[in-house]
Amino acid sequence: MGEYPTHVLVCAGAGCISSSCKEVEQALIDELKKHQLNEKIKVVETGCIGSCDLGPVLVTYPERIFYQKVQPKDVKAIVEEHLLQGQPVERLFYQDAVTGKTMAKYDDIPFFSKQVRIALRNVGLINPVNIEEYVARDGYGALAKVLTEMTPEQVIEQIKNSGLRGRGGAGFSTGLKWEFTKKAQSDAKYVVCNADEGDPGAFMDRSILEGDPHSVLEAMAIAGYAVGASQGYVYVRAEYPLAVERLGVAIEQARKMGFLGENIYNTGFAFDVEIRVGAGAFVCGEETALIASIEGKRGEPSPKPPFPAQKGVWGKPTLINNVETFANIPPIILKGAEWFAQIGTEKSKGTKVFAIAGKITNTGLVEVPMGMTLREVIFDLGGGIHGGKRFKAAQTGGPSGGCLTTEHLDLPMDYESLTAAGSMMGSGGLIVMDEDTCMVDVARFFLEFTQDESCGKCTPCRIGTKRMLDILNRITEGKGVPEDLETLETLANTIKMSSLCGLGQSAPNPVLSTLKYFRDEYEAHIYQKTCPAGVCQSLLRYQVKSNVCKGCGLCAKNCPVGAISGKPKNPYVIIQNICVKCGLCMQKCPFNAIEFC
Amino acid sequence: MAEAKKVREDALAVPRRRFEKVNEIIARHGKSASALIPILQEVQEEYRYLPEEILTYVAMVMDLPPSTVYGVATFYVQFSLEPKGKYVIKICDGTACHVRGSDPVKEAIRKRVGLKNEKHTTDDLRFTVETVSCLGACGLAPVVMINDQIYGQMTPDAINVILDKILEEEGDVK
Repeated sequence: MGEYPTHVLVCAGAGCISSSCKEVEQALIDELKKHQLNEKIKVVETGCIGSCDLGPVLVTYPERIFYQKVQPKDVKAIVEEHLLQGQPVERLFYQDAVTGKTMAKYDDIPFFSKQVRIALRNVGLINPVNIEEYVARDGYGALAKVLTEMTPEQVIEQIKNSGLRGRGGAGFSTGLKWEFTKKAQSDAKYVVCNADEGDPGAFMDRSILEGDPHSVLEAMAIAGYAVGASQGYVYVRAEYPLAVERLGVAIEQARKMGFLGENIYNTGFAFDVEIRVGAGAFVCGEETALIASIEGKRGEPSPKPPFPAQKGVWGKPTLINNVETFANIPPIILKGAEWFAQIGTEKSKGTKVFAIAGKITNTGLVEVPMGMTLREVIFDLGGGIHGGKRFKAAQTGGPSGGCLTTEHLDLPMDYESLTAAGSMMGSGGLIVMDEDTCMVDVARFFLEFTQDESCGKCTPCRIGTKRMLDILNRITEGKGVPEDLETLETLANTIKMSSLCGLGQSAPNPVLSTLKYFRDEYEAHIYQKTCPAGVCQSLLRYQVKSNVCKGCGLCAKNCPVGAISGKPKNPYVIIQNICVKCGLCMQKCPFNAIEFC
Repeated sequence: MAEAKKVREDALAVPRRRFEKVNEIIARHGKSASALIPILQEVQEEYRYLPEEILTYVAMVMDLPPSTVYGVATFYVQFSLEPKGKYVIKICDGTACHVRGSDPVKEAIRKRVGLKNEKHTTDDLRFTVETVSCLGACGLAPVVMINDQIYGQMTPDAINVILDKILEEEGDVK
């Protein structure tokens, strides 16, 4: 880490930037100058450290003291007490939400200590816009190794042996994908990095692009060598301007240093990368739609086969992998397939990055070995449910996935187990839901999303999801009828079977999964016209708490429709079929005896 | 009011003045069909929307059928055929933001900038308010993005403080 004896890492992930980490960084630089420490202590702006809700975050090296929620006014204490006198500032330590214990060191905090970081190995540790820091961490060493010591066949063999599978959704063998593209005969081939991370709730690709863009570029060049391509494209979402910016800087740096361009490492191998910024269409995460978009067309998917490995961008064989998949490549080349294959489970090798969010204490990104249980991820790393509430479900796989419930807490998280439980790995979004989340509303939410994002090319997806959404809207408005559930299931299965692409084929999954595990909630909406979680507005009602009501009658006097009856000094009652839910009674009650639930 | 009218007129007068800007953008990207999306993105950055006459002009210069250009411009949500405000406010309604309450934040914003019914852009072309599916900052849900700046852990009160500041900078003290 250079010649400075001490480093202070400042997280500059998107989360911390929005919590004003830049001001903290500036204050730190100023304070160090004031004490003439700027020659001895280096401030490094890094990518996302992962614990987004604790930001702004600082980590000091070599002691690895972790400071959370640092404000510019705290910087003076950090410099004077810690960096000058060796007394770390305790009030800025991490505090465990459950035990209340404070922890000083990065490595003591379960959120970090239980992780195995391969794809995120440099994220949060190096300055992403300084190529030298990447090179100092063996960066572009894997590219040198494949270009000078390995044949393309050997590279593909090593990726195949590692057992790496696609991290973007379907989990197809990466090595096989490379082999198919290699075997296709053509005068030109392309390598595409799918960074159109559209699943709501997943942000690991963003974090890698923002925190370690060179790892993706290096892997793309390795892939180019293996499959015989000399041009690469990174297709990034427009919603990630910082990722686009840092990737652009990284490409320029790599060209300047000779890691991209002509005659890389003097081997005659040429490879270059271009950025394509998406224009906001979820379906473009589907590989055939992404290809259409790169070609400048509407991002509509086309039937497979032919697969992109045979006919991709401009009809040429194209290798498409997602960001996290690429980020795993350089370590596999450097450390070997066996090293990678010993991590994880029998069929799911290596690690997976999960984006944990929702009703959970520690939100952020964690990279854990495949097969870690849901319980460990939520309760050990994630610190349990936000606000001490009860765990209800975890949603994985985004709008294509499903729900996991308390019965799945000890389920090992790998591709096969998640699919068997009716969910899927997807890109690794993990949204935690507590007792206050209505599962019918969640299903409706996802369907609204896929309905909106349906490109409209095939009928089952365009019209089928619309009909399903109509039914779900009706149910959440209290107008559901008993046969709705059966109709939903029939529609769902038809759409799954007959849609053109992955979007339609998986769109009904959240509905099927919630119907399977939370059928009682649907039934409560339909038969009792109630929303057990108290989310669906149309189903909420005003009620008099009879043990609190003093019988003053003020509510009945103010009710504009005469929906409240009762005798003075006795608890009043609201007649639900007359009530228009204006809320006036609740405002007028001097004893807070009226509730809305 | 006169001020607002002028802002609007200025915004609408822009395309008439600046066809040369479009030429410049097209010259930079080349006329191959694959450059269409980046070209439209830059055009939109310039004008804050895609005026119809420019779409037709782009089609003519690139030798594409106007229907193709229009088809692409209407397919992607990033493209807008109507003028957008100076401040584009995107409210994330991804899963994490949804379960942590993005709806009340959206309502607070719409109320503060004075948007009613189905409208997305204020008449004075200062604010456009949109819902987007996921901004990828789920750890800080609910999230709001104003132009390129992300604001996390929003509540109706917190967003009002931010909007007040913007309105103040705009010289609109309420």
